[in-house]
Amino acid sequence: MKNNLHALWQFFFGDSARAFGSASVILLALLAIAPAKNHFSEWRHYQKQYLHLIRGRADAVTLERHFQGGIQQIWIPEQQVTDRCTTCHLGMKEASLADVSSVAFREHPVIPHKLTEFGCTTCHRGQGAATTVEEAHSATEQWEQPLLPAKYIEAGCGQCHLENQTGTPFLNQGRQLIVSYGCTHCHTIKQGDGSYVTPDDDPPSLKHIADKTTREWVYAWIKDPQAYAGTATMPNYHLSDDDARDVSAFILAQSTPLEPPLQPLKADTKAPADPAAGTSLYGQSFCASCHAMQNAAGMMVGGNVGPELTGIGTKAKPEWLQDWVGNPSHYDPGTMMPHYRFDAQQVVTLTGFLESKTEPDFIANVHLDPATPEQIEHGKRLVVENGCASCHDINGIKKPENFAPELSRIGSKPLNQLIFVEGVEHSLPGYVAGKVRNPRAFGPSLKMPQFKFTPQQIDAITTALLALTDRAQSQPPTMRIASVQQTRYQPAGNAGQLMRDLRCFTCHMINGHGGDMAPDLTWEGTAVQREWLTQFLKNPETLRPALIRRMPKFNLTDADINTLADYMMTVYQTPEFDRDSLLVSQFNPAQVEQGRQLFYSKFACQSCHIADYKNDKGYIGPALAATGKRFNAAWVYHWLKDPQALRPGTIEPNQHMTDDEARSLTAFLMSLKSGGAQEAMKK
Amino acid sequence: MKPVLIAVCAATLLMAGCSRKSNQPAPLQSTAAGTAIVESSGGKQIGYAGMLLDQPVVVQVNDASGSAVAGAAVYFSGPSGVSFTPPAALTDSSGQVTSAVQLGEQAGRYKLIANTHDASGKNIGLTIDEIALGYQQTVGAQLNAQYCVRCHDPESTPLRVSNMDNLSVKPHPFTEGDTLNKMSDADLVAIISHGGPALNKSPQMPPWGYTLSKSDIAALVSYIRAVADPPYEAGGLVYAQK
Repeated sequence: MKNNLHALWQFFFGDSARAFGSASVILLALLAIAPAKNHFSEWRHYQKQYLHLIRGRADAVTLERHFQGGIQQIWIPEQQVTDRCTTCHLGMKEASLADVSSVAFREHPVIPHKLTEFGCTTCHRGQGAATTVEEAHSATEQWEQPLLPAKYIEAGCGQCHLENQTGTPFLNQGRQLIVSYGCTHCHTIKQGDGSYVTPDDDPPSLKHIADKTTREWVYAWIKDPQAYAGTATMPNYHLSDDDARDVSAFILAQSTPLEPPLQPLKADTKAPADPAAGTSLYGQSFCASCHAMQNAAGMMVGGNVGPELTGIGTKAKPEWLQDWVGNPSHYDPGTMMPHYRFDAQQVVTLTGFLESKTEPDFIANVHLDPATPEQIEHGKRLVVENGCASCHDINGIKKPENFAPELSRIGSKPLNQLIFVEGVEHSLPGYVAGKVRNPRAFGPSLKMPQFKFTPQQIDAITTALLALTDRAQSQPPTMRIASVQQTRYQPAGNAGQLMRDLRCFTCHMINGHGGDMAPDLTWEGTAVQREWLTQFLKNPETLRPALIRRMPKFNLTDADINTLADYMMTVYQTPEFDRDSLLVSQFNPAQVEQGRQLFYSKFACQSCHIADYKNDKGYIGPALAATGKRFNAAWVYHWLKDPQALRPGTIEPNQHMTDDEARSLTAFLMSLKSGGAQEAMKK
Repeated sequence: MKPVLIAVCAATLLMAGCSRKSNQPAPLQSTAAGTAIVESSGGKQIGYAGMLLDQPVVVQVNDASGSAVAGAAVYFSGPSGVSFTPPAALTDSSGQVTSAVQLGEQAGRYKLIANTHDASGKNIGLTIDEIALGYQQTVGAQLNAQYCVRCHDPESTPLRVSNMDNLSVKPHPFTEGDTLNKMSDADLVAIISHGGPALNKSPQMPPWGYTLSKSDIAALVSYIRAVADPPYEAGGLVYAQK
């Protein structure tokens, strides 16, 4: 053996000539490794396959002309993009390759961006500079930035687009959930443009909770909020019976009486004469626009702006309900609920109606002994530990700062900083979704409570969180599309005070501030006639036959109505045109007749609107039978010319009318002066 | 003897350490068999590429007399990228199996298959069709929900009452492939942009070309094509096969 080796050594390196020769051969072989590796590389294999594919097609010549061999690269230094994906994904821009079965060569689906301007990894993630499939896509456990699974792809859009986009319903939904479930009470989220995500779930203050409800109800509620109301956004803290007993003891012990105190129930007007009076007052006041309630058939009916009222009689004390129905601002100055001007009888009627809506099962099994000082002390510790004051105002407890980890860059969190547990996929999306789905699975001592989300909601929230990347923070500001932020607009003077008291902004948007449940009133003063406005405020009629949500009747005094009407007619005017620039007296009967024909034939307005209750049925848009009493001619004319200019986002199509057509149609519409919808329905 | 033992232990440890995935679940032990498998719900949904369908797929196994069979094994399968939770299960007491479906990453139509075995072990299959929307079709779907459904969808919900019955000429629902598949993309774009009169049809279809952008209208057309039933087959160039 040893001799053989020695002979071999002698053969190759025995003398200097042999040694030189052998060394040269070895060197040549080594030099050949790199070109050989290049020749047999994976991407060449894909390019050959691609050429084979396109040569079989009718437009082979065009496709071959577009083909460029070798490594391809999209390089965008200012976005830190060096993407070689198009080395293998060769058909990205070829519309004729939309139908090929191989994903690698298929045309990229239509999107509003050019690949050359944004690259690939900006949205899809992965390793752009890699030239092998494994390294570029890297679904392996080691690589920090694998491709983003398609179900979260809208996270790519969300890095730049902070606004709601038509094409990203899941991102929009996820962002909405983060806001409406109040995630940012505990977690700070600072977006790329420096703005902070603010919650809009409005958790109630607990400072006077003992005035509102009982300790038994609080106990049952914190044990399982969704057992009381399926739509409740409060999460479940999985408190033990003893812990819930102590937390409820502390919260009730901290409660102080309201100032001025609640009035005792009015004994003299206790029972309404008509037992159905409560139901009809609830209906007339359009409480269901905001509040849901289970009806006799077990169906949930109503909106989700305010809390569900199915079991309100079990929850709220009668004295509190009476106070709240009378004026909600007394208990909660920041409430979204308007101050209805109910008279004493109405307050009693509505209180009685709500008191009768009970769910006795909810607290049937709760039996609490009076709290001991030790229990209250323990309850306080639990309240502090669980961060209850992050959301609720509690006497004697300060709102904790940075109670939970900041999430501003969660979408770029390195995997080695995360702790995974059994059953959670080893990837960033897997971790985020796992945390949202079941936070306590990551450790029983973790404080994050259990929210109740559907699998789709979890995916949507994960999408929105994955959009919070380093790239979103560091990219040039010119890349960013800002979200529409609410302004701080507040109306001035007496009218302003009245509008705040009536909570107009819960539903209506004015000058960029307010809700989107009802029409934008920014230019209402240009649009409508004063007389109509005062009539409407006195007794709101149904303008849109197909809507459930309607303007409630607030029982305003004439003085209040005048204050409101004066203010709106004076202040809420568009600068674009004068409301008196077109007068009805300028129209002649021929124009009215021509307008009628345009309405019914050329523009077929009756498809969506009612001009005449006898013949027309369309009910997408508002009924127009009383246009001449409601609107100003100039507004109607400008609306017909370009509806979106007056109210962005309205679904009334711009029909591109000529000036003459718009003028005739205005003449016809202004000639419609029949009563309101309800009046017509009665006939 | 000793080195062999050590080697075996080391090899076992190594294998245990290297295997990442847990063991495959044991095959289902069905306790009954039916003669037919039918869809209870969850078919013909319009979902989004790569995402969970809104509703799970529910199938039912029946016996020859048409009554439900409990304890029959049902296996789901589909094109690559489709995942089922669970992928296989025994039918419950009402003879049904429910599975949540995540569609593949490509937009298009997906044929899902649910299999069961009859008493002789013969395979019985059921095909369930689903649609996955891509980006452009998603834009179309959103615009459809905002601008079109009120007239083009006969279904009414409490929050969205259909206006179809109020129109003297009934609009075509977008799923109506029999009619809409015969119209070219150019015709659809024309009628959406310029209204019914562009194709000598009713002016009750208003022009949207001054309200929606060209790319919005293209998105609507791609949505209409995506949801057509029967499916829309793109015309245009026919390529020679090699």
